[in-house]
Amino acid sequence: MKCAPFDYVRAATVDDVVTALADADGDGKILAGGQSLVPILALRMARPAVLVDVNRIPGLGGVRPDGAGDGAAVHVGALTRHSALAAQSHHPLLAEAARWIGHTAIRSRGTAGGSIAHADPSAELPVVAVGTGAVVTVSGPGRNRSVSADELFAGALMTSLGEDEMIIGIRFPVPQRWGFAEFARRHGDFALVTAVVAEIGGTVRIALGGVGSVPVRAAAGEQVLATGGTAAEAAAAASAELRPTADMHGSAPFRQAIAAEMIRRALAQARIDR
Amino acid sequence: MDVTFSVNGERVRLDVEPRHTLADTLREDCGLTGTHLGCEHGVCGACTILVDGEPVRACLMFAVQADGSSITTVEGLAGEDGQLHPLQEAFVAHHGLQCGFCTPGMLLSALHLLDTDPDPGRTKIREEMSGNICRCTGYQGIVDAVDAAAAALRAEEPGDLGS
Ligand SMILES: Cc1cc2nc3c(=O)[nH]c(=O)nc-3n(C[C@H](O)[C@H](O)[C@H](O)COP(=O)(O)OP(=O)(O)OC[C@H]3O[C@@H](n4cnc5c(N)ncnc54)[C@H](O)[C@@H]3O)c2cc1C
Ligand code: FES
Ligand code: FES
Repeated sequence: MKCAPFDYVRAATVDDVVTALADADGDGKILAGGQSLVPILALRMARPAVLVDVNRIPGLGGVRPDGAGDGAAVHVGALTRHSALAAQSHHPLLAEAARWIGHTAIRSRGTAGGSIAHADPSAELPVVAVGTGAVVTVSGPGRNRSVSADELFAGALMTSLGEDEMIIGIRFPVPQRWGFAEFARRHGDFALVTAVVAEIGGTVRIALGGVGSVPVRAAAGEQVLATGGTAAEAAAAASAELRPTADMHGSAPFRQAIAAEMIRRALAQARIDR
Repeated sequence: MDVTFSVNGERVRLDVEPRHTLADTLREDCGLTGTHLGCEHGVCGACTILVDGEPVRACLMFAVQADGSSITTVEGLAGEDGQLHPLQEAFVAHHGLQCGFCTPGMLLSALHLLDTDPDPGRTKIREEMSGNICRCTGYQGIVDAVDAAAAALRAEEPGDLGS
């Protein structure tokens, strides 16, 4: 349970990170909160040659409003700790989601950028990102680019980020109405199913985590709502469309039933409960 | 690699290998073996310490990352004269420990909880302590102890718990 040796680089700027990653030639990893990466290193599921510590880069933490009215959004710096996300009031849905991540000692270190980059299919923030249509700002050699959450998540623990790219921030639209519901075996455990409901610009979006390798939009459920259906009908339609995989934590029909119930609860919390 | 930090108020300067976790460094280089290692991947909470006042899994942080920080471990709880901290007293009085393996992490998690909320109540105590696993006590004694310590600390110095 000890990490293999690595070279440690303490980056002072985003440029330092990009350069160090490029120099590492595919064998470098960003170290943010370490709450997912260090367990992986300790279990020797990975042994990168270089770790680039981004924790001391100034200006990458914090949540600030970005846009107003129908286009209201918040910009979340990559180094924003889960504890800070839970404490802010600009984006109540994000605050609620962050409170569900692990335990206090995990939230005091873990970062928003790290959670998005890690792309765990059961993690909370990726579901909020897909549910709200978040856009991720990425810095790479000689350029910055923006990528939508949908395009970022490529599979379980996989993203479309390049090996020498770093997430520097995430822009989350602020929903007019929202709901968040999660089912986990024990408090602080990774979710079995997470449902996020977000009404943005008059459209109700439903996103689910834990039912596939990436967070998914429940298109059938959204369609039911858009055409005047009830919350119960939307939840049933969304769940019928799912093809969850069974594992030791639950069979496929169990996950489907839980998903329907989580959607129903999230819709009720959003007061979309006709 | 050179690192300097303070542990329980004492300045420490060390040359550490980057892959050494803060937990290993505290135990092996500083001789502070009160910080226990159970799972070494963030799940059990035995290694929980405070870094700049925030609870942290010492098994998930490298010692080089702690450069310039101020660290509190279980060894820092008792007074200079050996007088136990009210939390430690309460753990003894309420059967909050049996083998004691989980206790340092429990104490530091509880210390942070009471630092941020002097009157948490049993539900919040359960919630906040859920990141620390105990194989012995069945948790009732731990919740009792934290609850009792909260009351004792409130009676002792209202508004300021110290640490
Ligand atoms: C006991 C325990 C329970 C947990 N429970 C939950 C839970 O319930 N829900 C949940 O969502 N998470 C949970 N986590 C994980 C936690 O949320 C992590 O904080 C998060 O997944 C990763 O963030 P990090 O900052 O710690 O990233 P790190 O661990 O430092 O990095 C994770 C990965 O992302 C990459 N990376 C980090 N930052 C960036 C960046 N800015 N740009 C590009 N790549 C980057 C790293 O190279 C690495 O591959 C838990 C962890 C533990 C130990
Ligand atoms: S040893 Fe650090 S959490 Fe278990
Ligand atoms: S007292 Fe033995 S593990 Fe908690």
